[in-house]
Amino acid sequence: MKYIALAAVAFAAPAHAATTLETVTDRGRLICGASQGTVGFGAPDSDGTWRGLDIDTCRAVAVAVFGDKDAVDFVPLTGHQRIPALQTGEIDILPRTLTWTLQRDANGIDFTSPNYYEFTGFMLPKELGITRVEDMAGAAVCVQTGSTTEVVVADVSDKLDLGLEPVVFDNTSATRQAFFSGRCDALITDAAALASVRATQAENPDDYVIFPATDYMDALTPAVRHGDNQWKDIVTWSIEAMKTAELLGITSQNLDTFADSTDPRIRRFLGMDPGNGTSLGLQDDFAANIIREVGNYAEVFDRNVGKDSSLKLERGANALYKDGGLMFPLTFQ
Amino acid sequence: MRLLRDARVRGGLIQIALLAAVACVILWIANNTAQNLSERGIRTGWDFLDRPARFPISESVLPYDPQDSFLWAYVVGLGNTLWISALAIFGATVLGLGVGLAGRSSNPLLGGLGAGYVTVMRNLPLIVQLLFWYALATAAFPAPRAAWEPIPGVFLTQRGIFLPALPAAQLALAVALGLVAAMLLRRWRAVGGVAVFAATLILTGATVEVPELRGFTFRGGIGLSPEFAALMLGIILYTAAFVGEIIRGGIDAVAKGQWEAGRALGLTDRTTLRRIILPQALRVIIPPMTSQYLSTVKNTTLALAVGYPELGLVVNTVINQTGQAIESLLILLGVFLTISLSVSLLMNWYNARMAIVVR
Repeated sequence: MKYIALAAVAFAAPAHAATTLETVTDRGRLICGASQGTVGFGAPDSDGTWRGLDIDTCRAVAVAVFGDKDAVDFVPLTGHQRIPALQTGEIDILPRTLTWTLQRDANGIDFTSPNYYEFTGFMLPKELGITRVEDMAGAAVCVQTGSTTEVVVADVSDKLDLGLEPVVFDNTSATRQAFFSGRCDALITDAAALASVRATQAENPDDYVIFPATDYMDALTPAVRHGDNQWKDIVTWSIEAMKTAELLGITSQNLDTFADSTDPRIRRFLGMDPGNGTSLGLQDDFAANIIREVGNYAEVFDRNVGKDSSLKLERGANALYKDGGLMFPLTFQ
Repeated sequence: MRLLRDARVRGGLIQIALLAAVACVILWIANNTAQNLSERGIRTGWDFLDRPARFPISESVLPYDPQDSFLWAYVVGLGNTLWISALAIFGATVLGLGVGLAGRSSNPLLGGLGAGYVTVMRNLPLIVQLLFWYALATAAFPAPRAAWEPIPGVFLTQRGIFLPALPAAQLALAVALGLVAAMLLRRWRAVGGVAVFAATLILTGATVEVPELRGFTFRGGIGLSPEFAALMLGIILYTAAFVGEIIRGGIDAVAKGQWEAGRALGLTDRTTLRRIILPQALRVIIPPMTSQYLSTVKNTTLALAVGYPELGLVVNTVINQTGQAIESLLILLGVFLTISLSVSLLMNWYNARMAIVVR
């Protein structure tokens, strides 16, 4: 995969006439980078349909461009494949539990708008009786390459002088299997991904405890290729549309009741007063279409990782700012 | 015009033209790559090598700390690759010699065992064998708290194998003195060497350090991680099958008459094998053995599947941390080319030395 990507850089014609929007429109489908299977964020269900928070982000962009949430193909990528795949044009958008970092931002990709705020966590078997990082001295930690967590392990171990023993693997399933077989005392990754692993892969989910590895939060943010501002705007505002709809109280169920709304903010948002969508190169009612097909952020959250899912995660930091969270919808005008 | 009809001149011109064409293609690819990279905002250059790596490497022969530079991380990965390559080649050669000789044995049980071993090992992909041994190493053994102790001081756990160890300095001194003694003595070399070795250890007051359970796992002594153990076991067992076949083929290639001549002179079969057959067989064995050693070095990159941090895994991690895939892969290619060329130069030199000298 990496080598194909490299070949793409070596042989691709340098002249880049077509924008990403033109390429996607000509192709008739959006290509979206997905994970190798993290239930809640991106994994195929028993029918082979991809489901998850990150998947719905891609579907929202597909609705914005084509008005069809199924006009999208998902490409499963490992942690270290995902960024080269985006940089070289294998995929159009990368919403794969990707932490917004300076090094990534400075090196060929652009971040759009966070779709999940998250802390990095440790998962340990309860029988060890450990519930905080300070007690983990000497623990073996299963780590996956291609993530920010490798650096977190080294930082935490250094800062608290814990002497953690990282065991580093190249792919997701090997990392998880090593943890559950007892090779490591702890597994480190995003806390929500840990919750997903615990709910879907542990023999008895109640036997495991999850706690934060650091005091810092990460913003998981879908990314696009560097240098195409129009495409970055389209993805950014497709994500913002879901957050704003929640703020305005618009859901996929009650969308039609706003058809004769007189609130100018809502009229602009839903495209009844024209201008927003066409400025991005889309239809004016792109936001309304996203809400109809995919739903607002609350619906997407609850369905995939929240109260209507198997993970049952709290909104927490992912609630809107007015509910005490960090989600801050931008202004549609 | 007449010059062009000369086959040698024409041949030379064609070669020059071909070389120029190849150079142009390479230049075009390099140029195109650079242009594409800068257009896509992908960073290039080698300045990242000095920056702190910040990611962990789970085990290494050379000392490593996340504060060290990316360059040092590569060196540490290379150290691990060379270490496992050398051990794998040594182990596979010793075991392979046994397998090869067993395969030729007239004892039907031994012969069958040798042939069966080769058939099974050679026909299973190496990656499958590695994953099998790794799954076994982490699933079959107990947790550290319930460690299995087959011999006092030796602990088998899913965190690895823990063995008692002697302090390194005293051990090195004892080995050195023992070897010197063995070289100086004319008779009873082995006994004398071992006696000096043991005497040095006792006189310097070396104490055996037995691993003990502290916190999550065992401390002290020598620890072999399951990743390392599974990798070594898998790669040695696999490679030994090929080495065994090469050795068996080499011995079979020596004319039967050589055996008969040895017997006629009253030599034992062992002496015939050691003094007459093996020296001749080596000439047949060395060239295919060279390729086998080269594949073994390259096969070590499969170690990343079982989580052993050889150069390939380090390179993957660096690519993710820095995003500089082309530079990292160039380093990987350069390093493996250097290792492979060194191995083949060494083997060619050995081959030339062993060849029949025509006077």
